[in-house]
Amino acid sequence: MDALIKIENLSAGYDKTPVLWDVNLEVFENDFLGVIGPNGGGKTTLLKIILGLLNPMEGRLIFRSDINNRKKPIGYLPQVKHIDKNFPITVYDVVRSGSLMASAVKKNSSDVKQKVENLLNEMGVANIRNKAIGELSGGQMQRVFLCRALLSDPKILLLDEPDTFVDNRFEGELYERLRYLNKHMAIVLVSHDVGTISSYVKTIACVNGELHYHPDNMITQEQLNGYNCPIKLISHGEIPHTVLKRHN
Amino acid sequence: MNNFFELFSYDFFQKAFLAAIFASISCGIVGSYIVSRRIVFISGGITHASFGGIGLAFLLGFNPLIGAVAFAVGSALGIQFFTKVARVREDSSIAIFWSLGMALGIIFVWMTPGYTPNLMSYLFGNILTVSIAELWWMFILNVVVILTFSLFYRKILYIAFDEEFARAAGLPVNLFNYLTITLVALTVVLNIRVVGIILILSLLTIPQATANLFTKDFKNLLILSSVIAFLGTLIGLFISYFMDIPSGATIIFTLVVMFGLLKLYKTFF
Repeated sequence: MDALIKIENLSAGYDKTPVLWDVNLEVFENDFLGVIGPNGGGKTTLLKIILGLLNPMEGRLIFRSDINNRKKPIGYLPQVKHIDKNFPITVYDVVRSGSLMASAVKKNSSDVKQKVENLLNEMGVANIRNKAIGELSGGQMQRVFLCRALLSDPKILLLDEPDTFVDNRFEGELYERLRYLNKHMAIVLVSHDVGTISSYVKTIACVNGELHYHPDNMITQEQLNGYNCPIKLISHGEIPHTVLKRHN
Repeated sequence: MNNFFELFSYDFFQKAFLAAIFASISCGIVGSYIVSRRIVFISGGITHASFGGIGLAFLLGFNPLIGAVAFAVGSALGIQFFTKVARVREDSSIAIFWSLGMALGIIFVWMTPGYTPNLMSYLFGNILTVSIAELWWMFILNVVVILTFSLFYRKILYIAFDEEFARAAGLPVNLFNYLTITLVALTVVLNIRVVGIILILSLLTIPQATANLFTKDFKNLLILSSVIAFLGTLIGLFISYFMDIPSGATIIFTLVVMFGLLKLYKTFF
């Protein structure tokens, strides 16, 4: 089975200063990869590379051969801070803008409209379709942007810090939804909140300049339950103090 | 009241009325884009830079509108180039083009021999002296603006709302940015005769702020801004005629009063 995305010996950055170096990563169908790391460690740069917003300085990014490179089969949920909440745009138009990502065949207008309707209903936001984006709660906004990401039937769903949309109480709802979506698509989720994502993701990549891939999500629910508080920090090494393997 | 209807039989007033319609549509649409996209400051830079072209035209004796178009489009593209390619901070490059255009304009006008009688009408506008040729240019601008915004409505909207997403989807974002900023430049220049360089920015922002009180939908904003701009321009035109005060300033004052009253209405009802 070929990887959907294969990143080979890739370095990337801005103004000739690399932020990421010698990164190797493969994302397969039905992967649920959590990308964690400190701010400035290169998590967002990695997403930009996959989205095609940034060209690698060295190395390659390869999509699986059956995937058209130009129209990427990628759904993308941006960070909430990147959204202009004063922009005069309705929920309906935001969702429909997801059609930009779709392949040329699906651009037929009535098909797109039907798909928008289905998604609005599925995500329970059909009743707020005419509201302005700035009038929504964090949870509603998250669902609207998830609709936009899903409109193109993506094979890979990228989420950049999705937990910043809502407070902790509503996070569970999102992750349950992602677990369901994961049956049909690979998911790459960027977060700095390791404790919350660790019970849902299947594999973990630690990004801090270099990328370290942990094929097993070795943090078990039992370990997390051992503490009667949310876990915000996990370090590497030997149990009992640490739970992920050391980087070589 | 007779006076009022008699006005429409005058040739100069018919032209002013047409100019009001054309200015309202182009400024309503382009202004909504500017405000939504938060590029009001760029538009201010372009407007003021065009003064350099007007000065040059006075000095060399050609049509000031042509000079203004050249300087406006040149500075629009120049600001984009400075920011994206030469990596100068955007607000700094806007300020550079803004003041460079004004400075050149002042030097050129000073070098022009004799008195420059029309200078004031470019700075402060005079809708009552718009010529037939200028009306034709305004009409063509309206056709271009309406065509562009209806043909590429969704693409323009999506790029304005989330440029990164549009880029990721492979839209030619840079091409669209150059196209729309050129339209902004042309709209500014061809409407200068209505309210002048100093005040044109308000025709691009105040009706939009008023319309934004009542709608948060981009398409409705384009239409409602144009309607409000037209009402304000027309009312201002009547007031300025009957009170014999400068038209450009009266139009802007009317637009601000409309905004204030409707804002109060929205707040209390």
